Amino acid sequence: MKAIVNVFLKNGVLDSQGKAVLHALSSHGFESVKDVRVGKQIIIELSETDENVAKEKVAHMCEELLANTVIEDYEIEIQA
Amino acid sequence: MKANVKVGIVQFPGTNCEYDTQHAFAALGCETQILWHKEDQISTDTNLVVVAGGFSYGDYLRSGAIAKMSPIMKALKTYANNGGKVLGICNGFQVLTETGLLPGALKRNEGLHFISRHHNLKVISNNNSFLQHCNVAQVLNIPIAHHDGNFYIDPDGLKELYANDQVLLKYTDSEGNIDNPNGSIDSIAGICNKEKNVFGLMPHPERAMESLLGSDDGRRMLEGFLNA
Repeated sequence: MKAIVNVFLKNGVLDSQGKAVLHALSSHGFESVKDVRVGKQIIIELSETDENVAKEKVAHMCEELLANTVIEDYEIEIQA
Repeated sequence: MKANVKVGIVQFPGTNCEYDTQHAFAALGCETQILWHKEDQISTDTNLVVVAGGFSYGDYLRSGAIAKMSPIMKALKTYANNGGKVLGICNGFQVLTETGLLPGALKRNEGLHFISRHHNLKVISNNNSFLQHCNVAQVLNIPIAHHDGNFYIDPDGLKELYANDQVLLKYTDSEGNIDNPNGSIDSIAGICNKEKNVFGLMPHPERAMESLLGSDDGRRMLEGFLNA
């Protein structure tokens, strides 16, 4: 079983990297770009067979290590 | 000066300021010991534990994030919860916020650059052992060297910091006017916990021990731990 974890800065926490990328894209002629957010994706292979158990364990991993919940939100997608 | 102040200095893979820190405290007459991150005990006769600067675990995932999983951090939590004094410098500050021993978080610098230069800091509170020898509004010249020094805390957390006198230092110019190098909220450079036994700052007082090398203002800061 595979877990895809996406970690992004919370709304309201300034994403300086996103702003820099937005600026770079705009100045390269990509005028339709309205906003950019930079985050990270963590892909985890698990030996779990139960999707709910896997999701629960990965959520625990996010709280413990993968995300800093003071400034970041996370989303978990489980793939069979 | 007390002769037998014992200072433990935490060393993770990637820490690189532990020997500067050791040199600084030795110069103040302290007995120093490097604490490898795999150690799971901190001797109760230790007067201060410093989480030194550097790039623990290559700053992988987030600065200080992987370090917080080390055995020594569990011991450090117990030590701090029993009232032991802890100082986190630079990466050490990041480790302490990640661990939850200090509130807030350190984000990427607003300008995205690594900044390495001397900076002025204004003392906001000296109502704590760390800055007891400094005066409020005194300006200190201390080097900074960081990529993730942009202190963030939510509005309620910020209010609480001020209400409890936990804001210790702000980035300023030489006159004490706010001069924010990295986007830190309210230009905050250093804080402590509510109980005032855990301290964290991004600047490096251990690199400001000799006027010949630019500044000895760090001495006055670190001396606060001598008569704890």
